[in-house]
Amino acid sequence: MEQIDFKVIDGILEKYDCDSSKIIAIMQDVQEKYRYLPQPALSYIAEKVGMSESKLFGVATFYGNFSLDAKGKYVLKVCRGTACHVRKSGTVLQALYEATGMNEKQSSSDDGLFSIEIVSCLGACGLSPVVMVNDTVHAQMTPDKAKELIEELRAEGA
Amino acid sequence: MRTKIRSLDEFRALQAKYIAARETEKRKVLVCCGTGCVAGGNLNVYQELKKQMDARGIACEVQLAEEPAGDSIGLKKSGCHGFCEMGPLVRIEPEGWLYTKCKVEDVEEIVEKTIVGGEFIERLGYAKGGTLHKRQEDIPFYKKQTRRVLEHCGHIDAESIEEYLSIGGYTALTKCLFDLSGEEIIKEVTDSGLRGRGGAGFPAGKKWSQVAAHTEEPIKYIVCNGDEGDPGAFMDRSCMEGDPHKVLEGMIIAGVATGSTEGYIYVRAEYPMAVHRLTIAIEQAEALGLLGDDILGSGKNFHMHINCGAGAFVCGEGSAMTASIEGNRGMPRTKPPRSVDKGLFGRPTCLNNVETFANVPDIIKKGATWFRSLGTEGSPGTKAFALTGNVVNTGLIEVPMGATMREVVYDIGGGIKNGKAFKAVQIGGPSGGCLTEEHMDLPMDFDSLKKVGAIIGSGGLVVMDEDTCMVSIAQFFMNFICEESCGKCTPCREGTTRMNDILTRITEGKGKEGDIAELKHLAKMIQTSSLCGLGKTAPNPVLSTLQNFEDEYREHIFEKKCRCGSCKDLANFVITDKCIGCTKCARNCPVGAITGTVRQKHVIDTTKCIKCGACKAGCPVGAIKEG
Repeated sequence: MEQIDFKVIDGILEKYDCDSSKIIAIMQDVQEKYRYLPQPALSYIAEKVGMSESKLFGVATFYGNFSLDAKGKYVLKVCRGTACHVRKSGTVLQALYEATGMNEKQSSSDDGLFSIEIVSCLGACGLSPVVMVNDTVHAQMTPDKAKELIEELRAEGA
Repeated sequence: MRTKIRSLDEFRALQAKYIAARETEKRKVLVCCGTGCVAGGNLNVYQELKKQMDARGIACEVQLAEEPAGDSIGLKKSGCHGFCEMGPLVRIEPEGWLYTKCKVEDVEEIVEKTIVGGEFIERLGYAKGGTLHKRQEDIPFYKKQTRRVLEHCGHIDAESIEEYLSIGGYTALTKCLFDLSGEEIIKEVTDSGLRGRGGAGFPAGKKWSQVAAHTEEPIKYIVCNGDEGDPGAFMDRSCMEGDPHKVLEGMIIAGVATGSTEGYIYVRAEYPMAVHRLTIAIEQAEALGLLGDDILGSGKNFHMHINCGAGAFVCGEGSAMTASIEGNRGMPRTKPPRSVDKGLFGRPTCLNNVETFANVPDIIKKGATWFRSLGTEGSPGTKAFALTGNVVNTGLIEVPMGATMREVVYDIGGGIKNGKAFKAVQIGGPSGGCLTEEHMDLPMDFDSLKKVGAIIGSGGLVVMDEDTCMVSIAQFFMNFICEESCGKCTPCREGTTRMNDILTRITEGKGKEGDIAELKHLAKMIQTSSLCGLGKTAPNPVLSTLQNFEDEYREHIFEKKCRCGSCKDLANFVITDKCIGCTKCARNCPVGAITGTVRQKHVIDTTKCIKCGACKAGCPVGAIKEG
């Protein structure tokens, strides 16, 4: 279990004045810090902003970007939007699963390096198919380029 | 830090300085820093240009200075130029040359030949059919476009308020602050006939006047919908990234007109660069006193906030978006009350799309008659579209409303990629429909498209060639809606799931008699009984493909065949007479389904075949066909 530094959470809460209407922004900041929403942090936030844990849990699970499970060092967002779909993003996704040794049920790879997420559209349709690694867009992907990408990230992340 | 502008005169004086400064920048190098070109490495190109120009002692200005130091070269990070397919792009002014597919290795030559020598580098120019088009405006992709909303997108530094001022930015706002009353602003917008660019095409002026009518309410809100969730659309993204001040100006004007003092921009989480540029723009506008209390000494206030979405498509729906801004699950609610009466935090709210707001400054500046000079009677003005899919020139385009699909796909888009045949254009995302060959000459405006079961929607155009299976496209959209349905109302939650089940079965070769009727029945029910627009329009992709391509559905169901070979379970791999008998496929086949003797045509045993495609991928002569 990851150690939660509640001082960091306090800092985030302070930035948003513990305002319950800013809860989405608060959770986004927490997720940026830990790459997911650790459960103790959620309980702590609920108490501080005066919101029931169940409501907070409801909001956290409603939005696709929030994850309650730890994510890999590299979050690969594979675009499955229409433009990417017609330019065969399905084969790229398959190649990424194979290269990382993952399947669709896993939230991160066994070595903790990768998470693969399917997203609807990254808005880079002119360059389809695209894969976003953390905040960097990789354009005009092919299964071969996908495999190379994983190799590069693996070398960089090891 | 700069001091706030306190009066109209001060504003005019400052603007005049920047206009003059812009004129002294004779040579300008605009490096496209839209998402597409950044992904292609254009930030490195920018850094390298800066480095090499510095090393050679060439004076370059990254920022417009109030007191420019004589002749210097402007080096700017601009927003999206739109021609994403040919990126990374670099534009050279004053000639208006466009360099395509630029790499860091090209920088030395650009500095040496173009910046120092004033010479065009043919290698980097855009050539089509043997003709070299030096100037950006001469390239067929641009020539047929009319850019209003995107006029400055790509031509100014997107992170500089000085540049925006230098092209006449915020002049419309001063007009609204000092010359026009709220009613006059709304009248101008109403007369222009501007309709909401987010999809439904509701008249913007009408919406504004409904919000303004709530004079009893002390607090009203302006909300800008930048939650561009439709797969295949990125116009709003480019607008926010390339000309963020234009969006802000439109929103402030809406605030002044309707008597609202708080604005929220809701941007999807997938657009970090748009958030970044808008944040910069807001800080700059606040520093100059164009946002905040007592704007330019007019006594009027307006405050801007940015909210990041968190990955829920349904938040593009008005009441879901306001729920999300309030910190709740983004679920739509029943209407009435409409958001103009009770929207964000229960207050009257004017909610418009990014492109709608971006149209406003020019309407105020140039007038309603000017705006109506383009477009159709019922849909005046222009519309930005994201042109993607199997088309030669993908990118961001803007054409007058009423342009035909043929003009867009062939004249601007350059036709279908790889010489394939055109099949359809999907317009309007998951709420839209397909247009086929017979609709090619139909004017694209709100009303004409509605008649044929499609909508402009936010403006995503995905071009599909003969290899795109329409059943699988329908299934793709239905799957998307299933995942994105918020689950509040049963017709959308359960109905789309059932439709997706049927469509998935059909694509897996398990379709049966009665499936088409059942799809139509469910579609009707979802359309009539869903709570929000997302649900009501969810069956459109299925209905529209059924209407135009029912024979393909029938083939899938009754003949267990997918003519495009994209439904893997239906694919049948066949070895044609091209086979040279090299035995490679037989060796590649993981299940030993291929037999044959050396130098003779091989055969696939379809009962053993698992349709993995390894044979086709490995064939050196392309003798294996799917179908």
